[in-house]
Amino acid sequence: MNFTNKEGISLVNDLIKTIQENRDYLSKVDGAIGDGDHGINMSKGFTMAEEELKKHSDYNMSEGLMVLSKMLMGKIGGSMGPLYGNLFRGMATVSKDKDIIDSKVVGDMLEKAYSNIASISSAKPGDKTLMDVLDPAVKKYVHEINMNKNMIEALNSMAESADEGLESTKDMVAKIGRASRLGERSRGFQDAGATSCNLILKSFAKSIIKITS
Amino acid sequence: MQRIIKNPDYVVEDMLQGFVKAHGDMVEVSEKNDHVVKYKSAPVKGKVGLVTGGGSGHEPAFLGYVGKNMMDAVAIGEVFSSPTAQAFYDAFLEADSGEGVACLFGNYAGDNMNVKMAIQMAEDDGVTVRYVTANDDVASSPKESKEKRHGIAGGVFMWKIGGAKAALGGNLEEVIQAAQKAVDNTRSVCIGLSPCTIPAVGTPNFSIEEGMMEFGIGHHGEPGTDVGALEKADVIASKMTSAVMDDIELSKDEEIAVIISGLGATPLMELYLLYDEIEKQITSKGPAVYKVFIGNYVTSLDMNGVALTIMKLDAELKELLDFPAESPGIKI
Repeated sequence: MNFTNKEGISLVNDLIKTIQENRDYLSKVDGAIGDGDHGINMSKGFTMAEEELKKHSDYNMSEGLMVLSKMLMGKIGGSMGPLYGNLFRGMATVSKDKDIIDSKVVGDMLEKAYSNIASISSAKPGDKTLMDVLDPAVKKYVHEINMNKNMIEALNSMAESADEGLESTKDMVAKIGRASRLGERSRGFQDAGATSCNLILKSFAKSIIKITS
Repeated sequence: MQRIIKNPDYVVEDMLQGFVKAHGDMVEVSEKNDHVVKYKSAPVKGKVGLVTGGGSGHEPAFLGYVGKNMMDAVAIGEVFSSPTAQAFYDAFLEADSGEGVACLFGNYAGDNMNVKMAIQMAEDDGVTVRYVTANDDVASSPKESKEKRHGIAGGVFMWKIGGAKAALGGNLEEVIQAAQKAVDNTRSVCIGLSPCTIPAVGTPNFSIEEGMMEFGIGHHGEPGTDVGALEKADVIASKMTSAVMDDIELSKDEEIAVIISGLGATPLMELYLLYDEIEKQITSKGPAVYKVFIGNYVTSLDMNGVALTIMKLDAELKELLDFPAESPGIKI
C-alpha cells in the first residue's frame, strides 16, 4: 500500500481546498475567544500557495508542501504562519528524496511535523492549542503501524484521534496565547488552532486513502 | 461596519501606499520586501540599526516611529498579527550599517516567535541582532509573572530612548541597555469603552455594554481585569493612575514622563480632560510630570478607550527623551 510522490500532489491541492472551504468556519470558531481572523489569514496563505502552484504543474507532493510552508512563513506571519509553516516544512523535508511514499514515510512525515512545531512552541497537550490535536493523532498513527495495522486503518484511527483531541479542547482553560487572558472564560469553546489542525490532519488522511484505494 | 475601505483583505497594503506617499520625504518601502518600511537615510553609517515591527491596526505604531533618531526600519504585519520572520529579517538588513541591530518590539507570542526565527536567519548571515520587548501593560499579567506582560503604548518610550542612545553614538550593548532601562521604568494601563472591528472580519471582536467600561483591556480587545460602570473622568483617572503607580516604586520627589494615548475612536477633547484629572492624581501622590504626550500614539483600530503610560525618569532618561527626533508618529 503506497503511492508515488508525484501522485501525492493531490494531497496538497486537497489541503488548500479544505482551508479555503473552511475560511468562515475557522474565523467563527476564533471569534468566540480570539480575534476572529484565523480563517482569513489561513485562507490568504493557502490561496497564495495555490497561485504559486499553478505556475509549477510538475511539482510533486514534497515540493508542493514546501511551497505551502514558504507562503505561510514568508507571507502570513502571526503565530500560525511559523507554526504551520514549520509543520509543512517538516513533512516536505523527510519525504523529498522518496519517490514512493509508504506507511513508514507517512509516519516519518507526521513525526517530523510534530517535532518541528515542538521546536518553536512551548505548548503542551492540555494547554488548549493545536497540540491537543496533533499530539494524540500522530501518536495514534505511529502506534497503529507498530501494531501491524495497514496504512488506511492507521489513518482512520488518526482521524478519530484528531476529532477526540479537538473535542477535548472545549473543556480546557487556555494556558498559552491570546485566549489565556480569558482564564476560566475560555472554557466551553473549542480552540481555533486545534480546529485548523484537525481539518489539516483529516484532509491529509482522506487524500492518502483516496490516492491508494 | 461603517469604515473607509477599498478591499477589506488588503487594508494594510492600501494604507502603506498612502503612508509612504504622505511621508515620502522621510521613509520609503524597502526594495527587498513590500512589508518593510525604512528610514530614507538607513542604514546610517556608524550607527547601531534600530528595528521594530508588529501587527497593523495600531497606527501610528509601528511604522510611524521610523525616522530621524528613531527606528531605521519596521516590519509590518497583517491587522493584529505579527509580521513574518522574513519581514523582520529584511528589516534587520535594511537597518544594519555593520554596527549591529537592536530589535525593539512588544511582548506577544507571535512577534517573539517570528523575531527569534529572523534573528537566527540574520546570524547565519553574520548580522548581530539583539532585542528588547516592551511589557508595560500592568493588567495583562500579575507582577509575579511580569515576563508574560504585553507591550502597549509604553513602546513609544522604548523607541524614543533607544533611538536617542543610538543617535548619540551608543554601541549595540549600550542601546540595548538604554531601551531595557526605559522598559523597566515604564508602566501602562488601558480602559475600553467600545470594541474594535477588524475590517476583514466585519464584526466587533468583543462587546462592551452601554454604560460600562472594561478596565485593563488589551490592545486587541484582550479581556481586562474587571468590567464595571463607566465612571466620571476623575474616578477613571484615579483608578488608572493607581494601577500604574502602585506597580512601580516611586519616591515623592521623582519626575515622570506621561503618554495619554487614544485607542482610535476617542476624541482628543476627552484625552485632555482626562489628563487634567490624571495630572492632579499624580502630583497629589508626589511625583511631578516632566513631559506629557497626548494624542493617538498606539491605537487599536476603532476602539474607544485610552491608555495611560508613565515612565520614571532619571538624568540619563531625561536627556535621551529630550534628544531631538523626527518621525511621523513623534517629533521632539
